[in-house]
Amino acid sequence: MTLRKYLVILSVVIFSPIGDAFLARGMKQTGAIDVHHLLHVFAAVADPWVVLGIASLIAGMASYMTALSFADLTYVLPATALGYVNMVLIAHLWLGERISLVRWAGITLIAMGVGVVARGPSRTGDTGPAASASATREEGQ
Amino acid sequence: MRLIYTWVCILITVAAAAAGDVFLALAMRRIGDLGELGRRQGFAAVVVRVLSSGAFLSGIAFMAIAFFSNLVGLSWADLSLMGPATASLTFIVNALGAKYFLGEDVDGRRWVATVFVCAGVLLVARS
Repeated sequence: MTLRKYLVILSVVIFSPIGDAFLARGMKQTGAIDVHHLLHVFAAVADPWVVLGIASLIAGMASYMTALSFADLTYVLPATALGYVNMVLIAHLWLGERISLVRWAGITLIAMGVGVVARGPSRTGDTGPAASASATREEGQ
Repeated sequence: MRLIYTWVCILITVAAAAAGDVFLALAMRRIGDLGELGRRQGFAAVVVRVLSSGAFLSGIAFMAIAFFSNLVGLSWADLSLMGPATASLTFIVNALGAKYFLGEDVDGRRWVATVFVCAGVLLVARS
C-alpha cells in the first residue's frame, strides 16, 4: 500500500458521508415528500445542497471503484466502513443530531474492525497479469 | 405473512447487493490499477474501459435490483429492521462471495474485521 492508495481509501470515507450529509441538509430544507406525490422528489434536485451531495457521492463512488482496482473486496469493504463513523460524526457535529450510547458503541466496533483489516495485506488471490506486474513494481520501491 | 414477505425481500436485497459488489470488484480486478491505466492512457480511457466492462454493467444491474427490492421491503417494514438487517448481512455474504468467486484469501484477520464491522453497523443502523 502506497501513500496514493491510502489517499484513495481516505477519499471514499470522506466524500461518501459528506455527500449523504449534504443530501440530508438539502432534504431538510425541501421538507417531507408527500407519499401521494412521490414525483415531487425530483424537484429536490434543484436544491444546491442536493446538487453538492450528488457530486460528492459520485466522487466517493469513483474513489471506491479505484480502490477495488488495487485492493481486495474483503479489504476495501471493512476499510471504507470508516465512512459510517464519519457519517455519524458529521450528523452529530454539523446537523446537530443526537447520538445514542448504542451508536457510539457501534462506531467503536467499526473502528476496531478497520484497524484489524488494515494491518493485513491489501491484495490476495489470483491477481492477473496487470495487477501482479504493479505489485512487483511496488515491492521494488 | 407480512413478516415472511419482508424477510424474503431482505434476503433478495442482500443477495443482489452482494452479487453487485462481487461483480464490481471482479470488473476492477480484471481492469487492474486505475491509477496506472490513467497514467498510461489518460482519464477518458479509464472511463471508457470501466463503462464498457460486462462485469461492471452486471454489478450495476444487481445493485439496481437490490435498490428496488429494498424499496419494496421498506413499504412493508420499518427502516429500523430493513437498514441494519441488509447492511450487516451484506458484509457477511460479501466475504463469502469474495472467497469463493474472487479467490481472495479471507483469513482469520479478515473474518474478525468483517464480524466487527458487521456488529458495529448493526448497532449504528439500529434506530
